[in-house]
Amino acid sequence: MLRCGYALFWLLGSVLLICVVSPVKGEAVVTREGSHLKLSESSHSNESQHGHSFNITGIPIVSFKWHHVETPYLVAFWVLVSFLGKLVIEANHHVTSVIPESALLICFGFILGGMIWAADKVQTFRLTPTVFFFYLLPQVILDAGYHMPNKLFFTNLGGILVHAVIGTCWNAASLGLSLWGCQMGGAMGDLDIGLLQYLLFGSLMAAVDPVAVIAVFEQVHVNDVLFIMVFGESLLNDGVTVVLFNVFDAFVSLGGPKIDAAEIIKGIVSFFVVAFGGSLVGLVFGLLISLLTRCTKNIQIIEPGFIFVLGYLSYLTAEMLSLSAILSIVFCGMCCQKYINANMDENSVQTVRYSMKAFANGSETIIFVFLGISAIDKVIWVWNTGFILLTLLFVLVYRFIGVFFLTWILNRYRLVPLEFVDQVIMSYGGLRGAVAYGLAVMLDENKIKEKNLMVCTTLIVVYFTVILQGITMKPLVMWLKVKRAAVTEVSLLEKLTNKMFNHTLVAIEDISGQIGHNYMRSKWKYFEENWMSWILMKPSARKKQDQVFDVFHQLNLKDAMEYVTEGERRGSLEFVRNENSIIDFKKKSESESFDINNANMSNDHGAMSTTSRDPIPSVSLEMHEQIMKAVREAEAINAHHLLDQHLYKSRKQHRHRFSRSHFDINRDEKEVQEIFQRTMRNRLKSFTSAKMGVKPPKTIVKHTQKEQQQKMPNGKSMDKAKTSYSGDEGSEGDSASGYDQSYMRATYRAGAGIENPAFMPDLDPMDLLQIPPWLGESELDSSMVALSHRAQVDLPRTPSNLRRLAPLRISTRSTDSFTLENIPDTQQMDSDQLQPPPPPPRPPRDDGYV
Amino acid sequence: MGALQSSPGRPEYSDLAEKTGFSFEQIGVLHKRFKQLSHNEETLRRDNFNEINDLALNPIRTQIIEAFFDRRNFHQNGEGKVQEIGFEEFVVVMSHFRPPSAHMTEEQRGKTRREKLRFLFNMHDTDNDGIITLEEYRHVVEELLSRSGTLEKETAKCIADAAMLEVASISVGHMEPDEFYEGITFEHFLKLLERFEIESKMTIRFLNMDTTTLCK
Repeated sequence: MLRCGYALFWLLGSVLLICVVSPVKGEAVVTREGSHLKLSESSHSNESQHGHSFNITGIPIVSFKWHHVETPYLVAFWVLVSFLGKLVIEANHHVTSVIPESALLICFGFILGGMIWAADKVQTFRLTPTVFFFYLLPQVILDAGYHMPNKLFFTNLGGILVHAVIGTCWNAASLGLSLWGCQMGGAMGDLDIGLLQYLLFGSLMAAVDPVAVIAVFEQVHVNDVLFIMVFGESLLNDGVTVVLFNVFDAFVSLGGPKIDAAEIIKGIVSFFVVAFGGSLVGLVFGLLISLLTRCTKNIQIIEPGFIFVLGYLSYLTAEMLSLSAILSIVFCGMCCQKYINANMDENSVQTVRYSMKAFANGSETIIFVFLGISAIDKVIWVWNTGFILLTLLFVLVYRFIGVFFLTWILNRYRLVPLEFVDQVIMSYGGLRGAVAYGLAVMLDENKIKEKNLMVCTTLIVVYFTVILQGITMKPLVMWLKVKRAAVTEVSLLEKLTNKMFNHTLVAIEDISGQIGHNYMRSKWKYFEENWMSWILMKPSARKKQDQVFDVFHQLNLKDAMEYVTEGERRGSLEFVRNENSIIDFKKKSESESFDINNANMSNDHGAMSTTSRDPIPSVSLEMHEQIMKAVREAEAINAHHLLDQHLYKSRKQHRHRFSRSHFDINRDEKEVQEIFQRTMRNRLKSFTSAKMGVKPPKTIVKHTQKEQQQKMPNGKSMDKAKTSYSGDEGSEGDSASGYDQSYMRATYRAGAGIENPAFMPDLDPMDLLQIPPWLGESELDSSMVALSHRAQVDLPRTPSNLRRLAPLRISTRSTDSFTLENIPDTQQMDSDQLQPPPPPPRPPRDDGYV
Repeated sequence: MGALQSSPGRPEYSDLAEKTGFSFEQIGVLHKRFKQLSHNEETLRRDNFNEINDLALNPIRTQIIEAFFDRRNFHQNGEGKVQEIGFEEFVVVMSHFRPPSAHMTEEQRGKTRREKLRFLFNMHDTDNDGIITLEEYRHVVEELLSRSGTLEKETAKCIADAAMLEVASISVGHMEPDEFYEGITFEHFLKLLERFEIESKMTIRFLNMDTTTLCK
């Protein structure tokens, strides 16, 4: 008890120290191997406990119950240690840029293992197959499946399958046979291993490990095709290895003489049954998830849970049916990704993505750390130079031979052949990992005398491939000048061209009468759109399925962000921060919310500047530079305006903070749809209006009553603003809104809603029929501030000095609704021209706004 | 029923093979298909293309069919449209989609790339003035998105406009107030799609086998 008390004390004190001590307490939980140690340990502490408890009379106020929490405590603690290890490692960028993280984590594991061993003299923590296969592996694989680029995967499916199935069998057979041959030749001394056992060993060594591959390739950024070949192979061959392993394991149990042709045929049949059955189970679960997410609208908070739980269940179900669990969960993830992303709420999708990554990354970390820890154990280190070195050599050599041979065959049928350097990287990327180790530990000691030697060899191969090949991978990729992945910033034009391409290719195949990939793909797509989507997707979600639309939407957002960041960089938004002094009319109690507000804003901007790293110079913004010197304030207002218009975040805030079931008030599909539409229209309003010579409809000011109620104390500043802008039509509102903005935000913080002026119904005649939901709400909900000043006073109006920007806008991606709003009717454009006529050239400084 | 309809290896084929890079077998297969489409006539008309069932679902069907009747795609420096094409033209147009051969010099690769992009460019540039104007681009995008069902015409137009603006900002950069962007020239087009691996993407597999019976 006392010792435990110390341990807890240390826990709080220093993490690393604990690493040494806590194992002493009984880590058998994680490993089960060290239960004997735990027993002695607990009996030891029991004594002291008894000694102690005698003194206690009456009810103890506080009692210390280590054994009560031991198991979960240790698990949580080890997770913490692994994460901290990763934290330290990732903090050193110059190291991780040379040595991959996975290698460093293994080394970190070595250190931890060394500490434990130094404290215990026995290794008590170890990665056990149960923990690995049931609790660590599934989420990594699910993540891989869920984030799989499906198109790429299926385009290269042929190649992947050939490598995964034939390549793995080749690896297993060649390694087993060669080792056996070497033993016959007497290269390894006296070992008690038969041919079947060698084949068993070969089969567990054969698989390229997805965890290791992702960890290394993630940092190298090779081109897509190469990546998917290695990665896809590593995923699929796991299934193959497990099958091979089980088959050979059964053969070993049967014993040599009992194996006849029938058994071998059964083995082969079981291979296919296991692989396809596993995939099928995965597909079924994937469809189930998709169907389920169709109707989770009312339990949005827990809908991400379904994906994880059902994914895990698909893994377990396959395992239960002795099918390939890995294949099952891969296909489950791949199958459902499209539909759940469409069906679920955007927030849930984000949640799934993040938690998926969190789980996967977390367990990856733990896996590598424990791979390292497992090494520091005297028991498993049975050295046999011949066996170990030969295994290493064969693993490497046969991988090269296999890849080159299979690619040579594949290249005869591939449209775009894999190049030589690609093949080298593919071969070199054959990293072995925790799956091999997990399988090796699962070997039965009674049947295989040299189990420890095999475990030890497996570990060495794992370390060799992950650490050495991992480190050299990056220089090799550089040196061979492997085609790297393109920067994935897709422009709208590229997206459109891509779409055009696909259709063209299909058409050409149709015309030339060939049945090729494109033909199949278009048929599948047709089927998918007409049947699968119909069944698996919510009707409302089906509409939003266009990728081009997505990009377009993203562009809109990016524009707005750029615009604001630029404003921020120039310091034009500074006044917002200093505004506390200006808007002193607020009650003191609310000053706090102001601070929050401002801090929040600066955060926002920080985030924006990091997200919008656009290499394309934005012309309009350069122009701003000049104008801004003169009209900084107007510009800032403008930026706000635009931000609000394009980032309708404010409406997405959650009102019911304390409710567990309602997180987001913005569930109205129509509204969301409308926001989309409107942003889009606004974005190009200037453009189209210029083209068509249509002047945007005049603003109708509504809710005059409320407006007056709300004008309140800052009316003064409004007046001031008005006077400063007098002489420009339509500009009076904006200046006010600049101030109102923060006022409104403040009120919002206090629990009210803020409404976005950009989405006022009278902006667009087409939408007049729809009563926007917030209008209805505002009538009912008295606690809510109905419409902001901006919404009422100024609809997308702007200081007319912005008019000068209009022609410039044409040359950038920034087109905003207000740029041309104020252009008089007389300035109608020639409808064939892309560009509105240039305004009277005015030097930026002479307009006297300031 | 001309001289062309015969087994591979005929002199007529070798001409074509040299010109287009197809193998004799591939030309043989294509010829069979040509006959099938033209109902054993010597020439193909637009109507023949319109009869292809699978093509009916294709949103940019018109553009593609037009590309077959566009003199610019015949490698003859011609211009304008034709009413009917013979087998040679058919194969020449098809040859734009031939996969690049494994052993190509950088120069050849660049040339193929240019040719393929030119084909694509011509599909946009309907009036052949060397510039894809906004009108032309809009038209293509509208057609392209017309099948998706969920996007209205208005939206398609907006998207085309946005793409055009993007193009302008990338290819021209800073613009004076009185300038305006006329449209995408071919040089810009090349630049814009620099990252596009068109050599490998704009290819289909021409089989040596005859599969025409399978698709109508």
